[in-house]
Amino acid sequence: MDKTIASVREAVSVIPDGATVMIGGFGGSGAPIELIHALIDHGAKDLTVVNNNAGNGHVGLAALIEQKRVKKLICSFPRSADPRVFTEAYLAGEIELELVPQGTLAERIRAGGAGIPAFYTATSYGTELAEGKPTEEFEGKHYVRERWLKADYALIKAELADPHGNLTYRMAARNFNPVMAMAATYTIVQASKVVELGGIDPEHVITPGIFVGSVVEVAKPAQEEELNRAEAVYP
Amino acid sequence: MSETMTDISAIKLSNAQIAWRAAQDIEDGAYVNLGIGFPEMVAKFQPEGKQAIFHTENGVLDFGEAPKPGEEDWDCINAGKKAITIKPGTAFFHHADSFAMVRGGHLDVAILGAYEVAQTGDLANWSTGKGGVPAVGGAMDLVQSAKRVAVLTDHVTKKGEPKLVASCSLPLTGVGCVTRIYTSLAVVDVVGGKFVLREKIPAISFDELQALTGAPLHVEGEVADLICPEL
Repeated sequence: MDKTIASVREAVSVIPDGATVMIGGFGGSGAPIELIHALIDHGAKDLTVVNNNAGNGHVGLAALIEQKRVKKLICSFPRSADPRVFTEAYLAGEIELELVPQGTLAERIRAGGAGIPAFYTATSYGTELAEGKPTEEFEGKHYVRERWLKADYALIKAELADPHGNLTYRMAARNFNPVMAMAATYTIVQASKVVELGGIDPEHVITPGIFVGSVVEVAKPAQEEELNRAEAVYP
Repeated sequence: MSETMTDISAIKLSNAQIAWRAAQDIEDGAYVNLGIGFPEMVAKFQPEGKQAIFHTENGVLDFGEAPKPGEEDWDCINAGKKAITIKPGTAFFHHADSFAMVRGGHLDVAILGAYEVAQTGDLANWSTGKGGVPAVGGAMDLVQSAKRVAVLTDHVTKKGEPKLVASCSLPLTGVGCVTRIYTSLAVVDVVGGKFVLREKIPAISFDELQALTGAPLHVEGEVADLICPEL
């Protein structure tokens, strides 16, 4: 078994118009910039994207939105240092927004990956984000029922990968990546380094390869923060 | 505000002083989440001999101070997307684990900012309700599930309107969740659906403070002087 693929272009070429795509990262940390840019080049449109944020500047997710490929965004915090691209698209009615509390977003994704259709959380009880959702009382406290969140594809940034798709992450770049890898039908990984089997200590594997569809090596990946400081624009 | 009232801008506590006061209440060994912005200052004012462990919801426990400019590693950031550093004891984890810490009640204290706090403990801090782009982040998770939820805030808005109110007019972040409010003039607890005044700065009278508060302030026992160092 060898899940490695030669290029980011080939890796994202399987994504069709209308797909639901989870994109890892929290802000720029853990964002798979090269896969997102390859997705822009590939041209898939009418995408539903799941991410914590809504992009920053004119690269990565912001560039995907600027190129009008995203019809709906599911996120918790569509603000950033430079949120103009999303803000303008949203206020112009060009993009739909489903706003989800951050922990509920993470757990909906985890539940999707774990085969749990719904769960209860106290988060958002009594607020407008709970409107229309069933509630129930457990041990004297009120909880809101939330549904799982799944995707057709996930774009993930890892540190190390092996040919079976076992992954490690780097520092806080881990964030949503491991749960999104679980929740997608097909998970595409960019790893800073692909090592041979045995090159990752089994004790250190964070995402086991069963959750991974394909792996492409992107050595020295771009950081969104550095691209934005250089005022980069993609494409 | 009438001319006979004290000019509060001259006597109120600075944000740093409010953060200092909140820091005095954090127990040694507590696991604490600080909201983005002014609550982050609480970390600077931990009293000698008390060490809290700070949680940032993007997936780090027990992180170090900000790096020097030019030495940032953008894989190592906090929930405000500012660069942080690691130190002995730091732990990384994914988002679902991070919010399991929150939702599972493992976090001792969450300290947040506020637009409004009601006498019932309801908090409004995520939406001004005026349209634009809504954004919620992790606030709704933190306020419902941390063992203790405290708010840091100016006592009144920039226009002089009370931020401590009978009931919130803005969209809620959480219901009945706040237990203590550190303001620029006072320390107020929420007890059984009412505000209980614990401390106030000596330069303001009870009646003046009440006039700047949107619901009755109750007194149970002594009201201590709220005195902070110059910061």
